[in-house]
Amino acid sequence: MRAQSTPRVLGAALVVAVMVVILSIRLNTFRDYQIAEIAIEVTAVAGLTVLTGLSGQISLGNGAFMAIGAYTTALITLHLGWPFIAVLVIAAAVTAVAGAVVGLAAARLHGPYLAGATLLVGVALPSVANAYPGTFGGDQGLNVVFTTPGFLGVNFPLTRWQAWVCSAVALVTLVLLANLSRSRVGRNWRAVRDNEVAAALAGVNVARTRILAFVVSATCAGMAGALLAIVTELVAPGAFTITLSIALLTAAVIGGLGTLPGALWGSLVIILVPTYATDVATSHGLSSSVASNIPVAAYGVVLILVMLIFPQGIQGGVRWALGLFGIPSAPARPAASVPDVTPRAGAAPASQHTVPARKGSPPESQEKEGTP
Amino acid sequence: MTRSHRLRLPAIAVVAVAALTVAACSSGGSSSSGPGGGGSSSAGGGSSSTALTASAPGITATTITIGSHQPLTGPAAPGYSEIAPASAAYFAYVNANGGVYGRKIAYKYLDDAYNPTTTSQVVRQLVLQDNAYAIFNGLGTPTHLAVLSFLNSQKIPDVFVASGCDCWNAPTTAPETFGWQLDYTREGKILGQYVAQHFAGKKIGYFYQDDEFGMDGVKGLDYEVPKSMVVSRQSYVPTNTNVAPQVAALRASGAQVVVSFSIPAFTALLKLTSLKLGFSPTLVVSNVGSDPITLSGLLEAFAKQGGATVNGNALTAGIISDGYAPSVGDAGNSWIALFKKVHDQYDAKAPFDGNVLYGMAAGYTFVQAMLKAGRNPTRADLVSAINSGLPQGPAVAPYAYSATDHDGVTGAYIGTVNNGILTQEGKVLTTDTSPTGPITPFSGTESQAPAGGVPAP
Amino acid sequence: MVEFLQFTLSGISFGMIYAAIALSLVLIWRGTRLLNFAQGGMAMFTTYVAIEVVHHTGSYWAGFAAALAAGVVLGAVAELAVIRPALGKPELNAVIITIGLLVLLEGLAGILYGGQFRSFPAAFSVIGLRAGSTPLGVSRFDVFVAGAVLATTLLLAIGFRYTSVGLRMRAAAFNATVARLSGIRVARVITLGWALAGLLGALAGVLVSPSTFLYPNSMDSIFVLGFTAAVIGGLDSPVGAVVGGLLLGVALSYAAGYLGSQGSDLTTVVALVILVVVLMFRPDGIFSGARVRRV
Repeated sequence: MRAQSTPRVLGAALVVAVMVVILSIRLNTFRDYQIAEIAIEVTAVAGLTVLTGLSGQISLGNGAFMAIGAYTTALITLHLGWPFIAVLVIAAAVTAVAGAVVGLAAARLHGPYLAGATLLVGVALPSVANAYPGTFGGDQGLNVVFTTPGFLGVNFPLTRWQAWVCSAVALVTLVLLANLSRSRVGRNWRAVRDNEVAAALAGVNVARTRILAFVVSATCAGMAGALLAIVTELVAPGAFTITLSIALLTAAVIGGLGTLPGALWGSLVIILVPTYATDVATSHGLSSSVASNIPVAAYGVVLILVMLIFPQGIQGGVRWALGLFGIPSAPARPAASVPDVTPRAGAAPASQHTVPARKGSPPESQEKEGTP
Repeated sequence: MTRSHRLRLPAIAVVAVAALTVAACSSGGSSSSGPGGGGSSSAGGGSSSTALTASAPGITATTITIGSHQPLTGPAAPGYSEIAPASAAYFAYVNANGGVYGRKIAYKYLDDAYNPTTTSQVVRQLVLQDNAYAIFNGLGTPTHLAVLSFLNSQKIPDVFVASGCDCWNAPTTAPETFGWQLDYTREGKILGQYVAQHFAGKKIGYFYQDDEFGMDGVKGLDYEVPKSMVVSRQSYVPTNTNVAPQVAALRASGAQVVVSFSIPAFTALLKLTSLKLGFSPTLVVSNVGSDPITLSGLLEAFAKQGGATVNGNALTAGIISDGYAPSVGDAGNSWIALFKKVHDQYDAKAPFDGNVLYGMAAGYTFVQAMLKAGRNPTRADLVSAINSGLPQGPAVAPYAYSATDHDGVTGAYIGTVNNGILTQEGKVLTTDTSPTGPITPFSGTESQAPAGGVPAP
Repeated sequence: MVEFLQFTLSGISFGMIYAAIALSLVLIWRGTRLLNFAQGGMAMFTTYVAIEVVHHTGSYWAGFAAALAAGVVLGAVAELAVIRPALGKPELNAVIITIGLLVLLEGLAGILYGGQFRSFPAAFSVIGLRAGSTPLGVSRFDVFVAGAVLATTLLLAIGFRYTSVGLRMRAAAFNATVARLSGIRVARVITLGWALAGLLGALAGVLVSPSTFLYPNSMDSIFVLGFTAAVIGGLDSPVGAVVGGLLLGVALSYAAGYLGSQGSDLTTVVALVILVVVLMFRPDGIFSGARVRRV
């Protein structure tokens, strides 16, 4: 089974790659831009879904890691003029270090305390850029120059090239994450998520395992930040608000926490719903303040409805739908084995240290199946 | 061997669905974008009175489609979200009165929530999908900077940016981009000269927003106000409404005059916090933060509660400010009369305040530029029309526009707020953005609004 | 020295607001083990209700009461309509629902009331008090803010300790299963907790809005700091919420006052540093119970 999986993953990645190329050529340049945006979102959300879904740690500050990746990209491009592939590697490395630092501090924290700490990281870090305008350009940020490579010819649209670069990075990230999650590292994450004590007794270094998850998630966010820098061509603190960090977590959860396809579904919702809601709202001759706020309200309604209708996220719904047609997908057990059907007011003192997405979440129910 | 794994890449079927989603979305969306891209050739920028043609993307025989990015929701929306509807109201008025050579202006402004990433997205949507002929009055410094290179590389006219950053004046690197309002550096210089002249020997304190707006303003102030006079410099961030520490520091420094580059909410907070601290300096406030209508709206509730000690317009009375457009309260002014008429007819729900005036005045300038660009203009025609200068419009000072200068309004007058109205004192002053450039009284005459309300071609 | 006093008092005055938000989060956490991200949005919305009532009746206190009533209703309705169905599902689902609720409320406020700054009156004079000739930097209204939050905290504490409803709430928070077995209708108790949290949020909204002005996003940064205060104090401890709020308010006031222009930029960094230092020594907040983790 394991031997089969890597080709399967690579095959899927290849199919997506081909589709991206075809779509990017067939569709208009604005769609190329949206493909790039979705790929960026997927890269960041995939890292977060690993952190939260597999290792059980929450982060409301991954937007800050995106900021670190983006600023690293801007600074290196500006001062050293290195090629993007080198910049991407450096950006990933820098955010990995940042992730290790945050992970180290976060290793002892759980649940809402971890959420609060990471939330403040997300709020505080971009303000550093304002405090040191000499280096970071203040609120105006730093400009990033990104061009198409010469071999594509002068008429090759920049947006298409951006879509390709972003999609390539996103796909490589997804393949690596898929492999990582099946490796010993992934098993350790799930073991720590499900029961720290048992994991520790089984010889897993709990702290190191949790920190590693933070490093992986931060690295993904950092690469997403680097991609964002070359796509929006400006890195400014206003792009890395707390809304961004919250949107990443939202995408991970409504897509289906802990699942890589879920990262894609979540990203599609986050990127496309506001755009389409705006198109609908502005085409009905409503007053400006009404038309501009309808997409906001609609987005809120979508979040609530998805969570109520698909408790396992959209990927849970997809599995269920595929199951209706008898198509075997990943083991489909939506909402299986929810231990306490009552409100969880009764969390015993010890369970205050449980982490989000633990009880009754699909990761656990499916993992049990694989554990002897 | 583990039998199952939590994380797997999408099965091929799943991927196909994803791709179809994107494809389906795209077909849905692209149908809404009109066939505007076709007409890049034939007519050119002819000035002959031939038939109206689709002379450029976004221009058809009957319409001119332009776009903008505006903070309609989110923390920057208060105040600023009034601007685009006001411009749209003026365009509606122009459309109802003959349009631009018979074409109607279709103004599509999208919400970017003041987030540069979103700006990037919506501006590309406007240009690449909706075929906007030009981007007009895009609001905000960090937001608009995010699309500066895109618009210039695509050769999209990027006119009358709604920000006082001097960065829009870069004719060599950003030939398509034009500023409009009085930039903050010029404004700082004009206010600074007034402070240096009228408050010689007094202690001056600065209170400014910690971004490009505040810092450019302070830069201009520093060109004119001797460093020795400035006893305290306090900045605030718009997300933290507790400005008591800053105001306490200003008070402790003994500042007798506080010059404030702040948005209206923070001018009001400065005033309220000063009341708390028993601090009553003379206030000199930049144009953005001194709009009397907005300010008295913000302070109204406190005036009622404050009882006899704080009443009515007393809270805004005596604020010294500058204006580069006629004062909203000056009912006798022809421009105010015109825009009030348009407001009452097309935008009556919004209060007639400085933001509405701003949006309409910018809209007027755009119509001026379009008329100058010719009957069947290309995109380049609009840019060269502005490069050859525009006649003075609603602003009290002339525009700087030339092939080598893309700044907008070059001067302002100083005034004092009394009874909720900013009253001009002294002449209109013009200057440049350099540290030593002189500040000179404007010798020209004030322009009058055209009788029909639409600029003459 | 005068400055120090002024920084401290204005810090306390804002800290009381953070405390009120923190307290409402603690109430919900104790009942549902859930972080309510919509708490700030609910407070914003109920303050709009207050503005409408003040506008129509001309009475501040009518608006004040209406806001509190709206808070109770909004809290209970939110719990019954969207939170309860999500309980027992993966824990983050309910969190995302509260985020959805926040976004929905902000959108609705924009639709109904527009995006402009609205001025909300203060209950008492906003003119500063003086000790002799020294201005203290606080007004009678600030004193009212502090008094209102403290009184509410006290009432809640007494209610929890001495009334049967309070006892039931504490029992349900401590152990729902045991509480249920002893005949407590846990579901009702949870709804009551949300209603009380809604009331506290509404109180925070009407108390802070004179100092921030009201717009759909006006409570966002207040919420972040209130949340921080709750985490600092310990999410299980109402006392911790108040202490955390005051600590944060005063510290941020000093930072902005003494660190110059970078201090105002770095207020959130200062908040982060405080949080990290506290959590380094007390991973579950200052007032967490003295439980030993079993790892």
